[in-house]
Amino acid sequence: MVNTYLPKDEVNAFTSQVLTRGSTGQDVKELQSRLKFIGFFKGKVDGVFGWGTYWSLRTFQKEFGMKVDGVAGPKLKEKLVKATKNYKASGTASNTNTNTNMNTNKSNNIVSKITKTSNSSNKNNNKKQVENAPNGYTNNDIKLMANAVYGESRGEPYIGQVAVAAVILNRLSSSSFPNSISGIIYQPGAFTAVADGQINLTPNANAKKAVLDAINGWDPTTGCIYYYNPKTATNKWIRKRPKILTIGEHIFCK
Amino acid sequence: MKNAIMIGALSVALIGTGYWGYTKHRDLQEMHNQAENSYQRAFNELTYDVDLLHDKIGATLAMNSKASLSPALADVWRLSIESKSDIAQLPLKFLPFDKTQAFLTKIGNFSYRTAVRDLEKEPLTDEEYKTLKAIYKKSESVQNGLRNVQSDIIDKDLSWIDVQTVSAQKEAPRDNVIINGFKHVEQTKSTVDQDFGPTFTTGPEQSKELKELKGEKISESEAKKIAKFYFPIKNYKDIAVNKSLDGSKEPFYSVSMEHKNPQGDSYMEITETGGHPLFFITNRDIKKQQISLEDAGKSGSSYLKKQKYTDMEIYDSSQYDTIGVFQFVKTVNDVRIYPESIQLKVALDNGKVIGFNAKSYVISNHKRNIPNPKLTKAQARKKVNPNVEVQEERLAILLNDLNKEVLCYEFIGTLGDDTYDIYVNAMTGEEEKVKKL
Repeated sequence: MVNTYLPKDEVNAFTSQVLTRGSTGQDVKELQSRLKFIGFFKGKVDGVFGWGTYWSLRTFQKEFGMKVDGVAGPKLKEKLVKATKNYKASGTASNTNTNTNMNTNKSNNIVSKITKTSNSSNKNNNKKQVENAPNGYTNNDIKLMANAVYGESRGEPYIGQVAVAAVILNRLSSSSFPNSISGIIYQPGAFTAVADGQINLTPNANAKKAVLDAINGWDPTTGCIYYYNPKTATNKWIRKRPKILTIGEHIFCK
Repeated sequence: MKNAIMIGALSVALIGTGYWGYTKHRDLQEMHNQAENSYQRAFNELTYDVDLLHDKIGATLAMNSKASLSPALADVWRLSIESKSDIAQLPLKFLPFDKTQAFLTKIGNFSYRTAVRDLEKEPLTDEEYKTLKAIYKKSESVQNGLRNVQSDIIDKDLSWIDVQTVSAQKEAPRDNVIINGFKHVEQTKSTVDQDFGPTFTTGPEQSKELKELKGEKISESEAKKIAKFYFPIKNYKDIAVNKSLDGSKEPFYSVSMEHKNPQGDSYMEITETGGHPLFFITNRDIKKQQISLEDAGKSGSSYLKKQKYTDMEIYDSSQYDTIGVFQFVKTVNDVRIYPESIQLKVALDNGKVIGFNAKSYVISNHKRNIPNPKLTKAQARKKVNPNVEVQEERLAILLNDLNKEVLCYEFIGTLGDDTYDIYVNAMTGEEEKVKKL
């Protein structure tokens, strides 16, 4: 949980990392809060370097006579820290005062203990801090899809999980299916994992990764909208659909 | 005496169990009824909506004034969407009803596009009237079929829960009145594979298909060679090649590789014709972040160069924990060609590429003559909402809603706290697309 934050020197709360649009993490939070502190940034401090952060960073660069490129490198961070001398971080992770360091360590210990206990059951938890979702999707969409993918294909190879996620997305753009992710997943009888309640199992990190891959454009099935397990499926109709490929136990078809 | 106590205790236990069983049964019955009722409601709304849909299409046919035609078409659009969402709530697993749903979606697309058009300037063509007439007739047969099912359900007291159990059964003869009724509707639909004209059949569905490719066919061992050239992790325990099944119009190979060090596996798909790499994914544990998103992007760029993809430029990047995802686009003479895009996934622990996706690149890549824009940048900018503060502008080729490539001016601008990506057709000045980023 603390490992994303590696203070390099006492004065500067930033790490040495160069931040660009799309970056996430504690460093971005620091950047956003400092920009917000001097009124350049108006959005929410969420740790995701989005367009809002990008424009406000550019305005800052323009106003301070720097090269306007929307990239937060070491020079910019130095200038920003100087411009925000009175800035005090509210979070424990970005405290720069040596006096409070002990407290910080203590609370960090507590935090790591808490995460340790919950970590044993689920690796996902240490990602709670900053969650980035692809354009057009919310984190809840991703969670719902990860649940469905895990319930449907947790015994499958990774690529088979990406394929199941891709089928859900292909249904989204198909004229024969509902127009929302929840509509597709909860369509009565569409997925066995939904019917028998396996969708409510807690997915592992792989299922979520597979969903993100599919959303970001990876589709191993080249546009399939059905799949079945030839060992258990007895429905004739689905067996007659044009088959595209086999991954693990599943045959994917159009 | 002892016996009496025993008998007493046992009868109390028996009554208790009986009562417990009774409440359980009652609860179950209640849930059963609730499920049945929501199915019934969805079905009855479906028949009602299709009824109304049919009537509204009929009304548009009779209308003469363009002022009333647009709202009527908008109504058709709304009803087709609603009917589809009714269907989505019914337990029709594996029941062939997809053609009817596609029919409804196409009615929706058709009526939407005609409703939003300025019918004063561009009235319905003869072709479109023909289409309207045809869907009027065909929606009637859907309506009648559903009406028949509805009266069967009401007269014979049929249950939707039964449909659910019947379609879940394995080898059972699927003789169920409701299922047969739906099958009947779907079959009249095969006569209903209505041609909506070229502009209404192409859509996102088709853009996912592989187009016919040209080139020599490659063999399994050549596919292996290509995969080894692409995978950044070279060592392997095991390598396997499979071929796509006979339903695939453009056959492809899939190569899977199991790595030893680091542990993980890679999977790649390569077209048989021409040996075009479609995508690969490497799945392995990713350690602590050591590399910034920017450096990962540079690593991705040099990977693409090494694989002989030229003129590719990053236009978007995002970080998911310890993975960076980058969007590359081909840029020729400062014109971005968005259909020719490639996605890369880079691990932020060592900066190595762990994912590559060139499907749209393979589909769209060809030599093209980029025409000269008819509008100047300043003229195009005037078409953009004056409240939007434009921050970036360039020429770009875009795949529009009709799946056609169009030359546009792309403007990235801000309005309030939000950022928008706006494309103005460089030939006609039409606003092709507005996207909130």
